[in-house]
Amino acid sequence: MRVEMFVFVVSGAICVAGALGVVLFRNPVHNALSLVATLFGVAVLFVAQGAYFLAAIQVIVYAGAIVVLFLFVIMLLGVDQDDDVRFEPIPGIRIAAVIVGISLLGMSLIALLSSPDVVTGAPSALAPLDPATPDVNRIGAALFTDYIYAFEITAVLLTIAVVGAVMLSRQSPEVPLDTEEFPDGTMASELAIRREETSVADSVDTDGPEPADAEIAADAAGSE
Amino acid sequence: MDPLLSGDIGFAEILIVLIKVLIAFAGLMVGVMLMVWFERKLVADMQNRIGPNRAGPFGILQTLADGIKLFFKEELSPAKSDPFVYRLAPFLALVPAFLVFSVIPIAGNFSGDNTGVVTIAGHETLMQVADPQIGILLVLAMSSIAVYGIMLAGWASGSKYPLLGSVRASAQMVSYEAALGLSIATVLLLAGALSTNLIVNEQAGGRWNLWMTGLVPFVVFLIAATAELNRPPFDLVEAEQELVGGFHTEYTALRFAMFFLAEFMNVVTMSAVIVTLFLGGPNGPLFGITGWVSDYLLPSIYFFGKLFILLFVFVWFRATLPRFRYDQLMDLGWKLLIPLSLGWFLLVATVQVSQDQGWNPIVVVTSVVVIGVLGASLLRLSIRTGNFRRTEESEEAEDSHMSPKDPGGVR
Repeated sequence: MRVEMFVFVVSGAICVAGALGVVLFRNPVHNALSLVATLFGVAVLFVAQGAYFLAAIQVIVYAGAIVVLFLFVIMLLGVDQDDDVRFEPIPGIRIAAVIVGISLLGMSLIALLSSPDVVTGAPSALAPLDPATPDVNRIGAALFTDYIYAFEITAVLLTIAVVGAVMLSRQSPEVPLDTEEFPDGTMASELAIRREETSVADSVDTDGPEPADAEIAADAAGSE
Repeated sequence: MDPLLSGDIGFAEILIVLIKVLIAFAGLMVGVMLMVWFERKLVADMQNRIGPNRAGPFGILQTLADGIKLFFKEELSPAKSDPFVYRLAPFLALVPAFLVFSVIPIAGNFSGDNTGVVTIAGHETLMQVADPQIGILLVLAMSSIAVYGIMLAGWASGSKYPLLGSVRASAQMVSYEAALGLSIATVLLLAGALSTNLIVNEQAGGRWNLWMTGLVPFVVFLIAATAELNRPPFDLVEAEQELVGGFHTEYTALRFAMFFLAEFMNVVTMSAVIVTLFLGGPNGPLFGITGWVSDYLLPSIYFFGKLFILLFVFVWFRATLPRFRYDQLMDLGWKLLIPLSLGWFLLVATVQVSQDQGWNPIVVVTSVVVIGVLGASLLRLSIRTGNFRRTEESEEAEDSHMSPKDPGGVR
């Protein structure tokens, strides 16, 4: 067996196993870890195709940032155990999902089996477009010349998303705080005054996870 | 790309690669062993204690003795732990620490037209385990994988203190990765490549990035790296007084030893990354000597000398600086280091472009200063407004506590 074939089979198996794990494990942290395995498998496939930059970005952005955030939320907030999986938000969505899934699988199988090519794992491109410059430089040049508008618009879109998230999470001082934490309906402004009195004014808001939250998260983690 | 792997790959090439891997692995293990001893001894000296002095001369074998002890201890796992993830986490912490070192050039002649290529038994190769195109991105990728080890260790222990420690750790590491990446970007701007070999080559002849980038990225990188390593003064992750031992509270024996090893290995590899990025790697005066002295001996002496200085600095930090409070940590990362490194990145980019295009330097400098002052004051204004809204404090108290520009405010 050739090396390319071996790499393809191993990383493909990791991808598929990870994808199954995402769906089948019952513990959300195990689901997230399976997703990481899939992302790594895809990164290895990218390397096998000579797309080094894509592989690195895959690991840094998806495995390193996005799934970490997933895990962060799962660990910090816990998962609502009362969620009823039998509840359908849109009627018939379950049947539609099964039909779409089976037809997608069928289409890919037909496409795969009807083509004359056999699986080799070799790079689909015969040679780099320009062997003298690394693909990182070429991607950079393309992004900042031909696709500069798309690039800048994406950047603006992300900025808008960040500003929107900040605006949504801001509380005006005259709104009651979280009723679970402050059942007596304390206003944010009152809390600020209280903070000033206890002279810990600049540490409350960012002082790590509240012990109560962490306790809930630990319980959720432990009860799995 | 390593010239060794550009042609046909036969038995000799594989053997050379294996030898390089072995040398890097063994060297790193011994280095970490010595680093643990060095840190304990140096901190002891700085605190007027004696430190380890029983095993071997000057207690140099203390780490080995500790390792053997930990190896033979019983492995315990808490009843509420998640068995698989609990066992996986130490490996996730250890493996990235090893892999980062594979892209670090530790020797080779970079003077003149040389590009660090050495010849071993008729085969040309570089003095680093691998030289991928993506070079320094591999370092970033591995440091983002290292977060998993700590995060999952805390979660899988099924206990409160480790969970708190790991939540702190992941927040801290994700926050400081941005500043880390931005200061790396400044270096990449000058080198024009991601490959570590080319970055080192660019710094040949005393053109170290330390001063070529104007010192600021180096300082930012050093601070962000200390935070990324969870070392004092950023060791909130395992703050003994608050969290018992942090994320590895529930770990014993060999699994604890792996976390311990990973921690110190990360210090060594991060120092090596700093040497590569900012201090010219194995570059240094070669006095016109050629042959093995200029290929191996002198460059490796320079490399390990610089590495040693940085390791000393890290230990010095630990012995000198008190721990940050959590809000101070986040303020420093988000409100000072990220804007500073982003601004500096833009500045270096402007200087580069103005040199390429031959713009009038006076106009460039004036506009840079004006825009910089405007941006800095806008940022300061927004931070002040935010603080004012949040705490309703008087401005005098705020100036002494929260302002990132105030040297007294950021401790």
